[in-house]
Amino acid sequence: MSEPRISTASELGIVACHCCGQLCRHVQGDICCSRCGARLHRRKPDSLARTWALLLAAMILYIPANLLPIMRTGSLFGSESNTILSGVAELWRAGSWDLAVIVFVASIMVPLMKFAALLVLLISVQRRKAWRARGRAHLFRLVEGIGYWSMLDVFVVTLLVALVRFQLTQVDPGPGVVYFGLVVVLTMLASMSFDPRLIWDHAESVDDGKAEEVEHD
Amino acid sequence: MEPSAHSLVICEHCDAVHRKHELARGEVARCVRCQAVLYRRPWLSLDSMFALALAAAITFFIANVWPIVTLELNGHASSATLWQAIVATWNDGVGVVSVLAALMLFFFPMLQVLLFGWVLGFLRAGRLPPGFIPIMRVLHAIRPWSMVEVFMLGTLVAVVKVGDIFEVILQPGIWAFAALTVLLALVASFDVRRIWLLKRECCG
Ligand SMILES: [Zn+2]
Ligand SMILES: [Zn+2]
Repeated sequence: MSEPRISTASELGIVACHCCGQLCRHVQGDICCSRCGARLHRRKPDSLARTWALLLAAMILYIPANLLPIMRTGSLFGSESNTILSGVAELWRAGSWDLAVIVFVASIMVPLMKFAALLVLLISVQRRKAWRARGRAHLFRLVEGIGYWSMLDVFVVTLLVALVRFQLTQVDPGPGVVYFGLVVVLTMLASMSFDPRLIWDHAESVDDGKAEEVEHD
Repeated sequence: MEPSAHSLVICEHCDAVHRKHELARGEVARCVRCQAVLYRRPWLSLDSMFALALAAAITFFIANVWPIVTLELNGHASSATLWQAIVATWNDGVGVVSVLAALMLFFFPMLQVLLFGWVLGFLRAGRLPPGFIPIMRVLHAIRPWSMVEVFMLGTLVAVVKVGDIFEVILQPGIWAFAALTVLLALVASFDVRRIWLLKRECCG
């Protein structure tokens, strides 16, 4: 049932187009897909450096994103500023604990998880660890799949700014929402520039040994 | 190389090479090494995909023409469409947010619907869609950035946040967005690379 030996595309000197799936022969340097013309690489170029840069930028912007207000509600009784966390607390106090949990997960847990996961992936790949490659592959796909839900609070503010425009009550966007939107975009770009094949490049030496033993049977 | 080129699949996530098998409807092939999805055969036929794309186009139109919700307080009412929200954030000095919302909620979903419809419509008629290659590359690039489902949840959060101060009246826009969320999820679940196979089957 299970394949005794897994060959990789780079061993065979081929590369699959990320856009259309076409297989192309790849010897060296940059080539373009013979079917759709997309630029092909054996591994994403400068994957680790780009991911580090985008991730660090996102982590720095995450600080003002949480400290600065994302919106200001002005009414007769004065104005009230809300950060992401105080917005969650307000939902909780209003009795919508289910939405409070959703917003907390999307706006606070998901970005933090994404930072932690990308740090683990980057450091383990740089140290050429063969450790739990399949687990790390799952981790990468998880953070890639859920990251965009963090835009939730940005869209809440977008809609409220347009809706709450009464003489006595208005909602204005705060600077925090700009930083938060940028954090989400940067973390998405960071996980897109990370090449999950790097996880397996270093796991290979271990896999090879096992695979060869099977072949000798 | 050439004869085997269509029978091999390479895992995008770990570079392992697999031999391709024909799948039954709804089946998914996963990588033996890292378990990522290699390719899938959708439940829906080309005709039903095209119908979904058309339905999504109509829903997109309704969702953007009608207001999403109306708020009422002491006889004053205020309502907004998505585009008004985009303009309002622009005017309030958070241009970055406005541009992100315009791209992720308006332009990218619109392009997805129109380009899918265009490509599937021509393939259905057995013709090569004009501009096929650039269209496929655009569809591939914008897919992660189209976020109608996040906006749908955001609308719900926004409504609950202001629900105890204002009277909230749901407008047709919100139902159209809900329908669009489902339709777009179905349309976008269609593996773009599958379309290259369809194209080979019908136009060579
Ligand atoms: Zn290609
Ligand atoms: Zn794999």
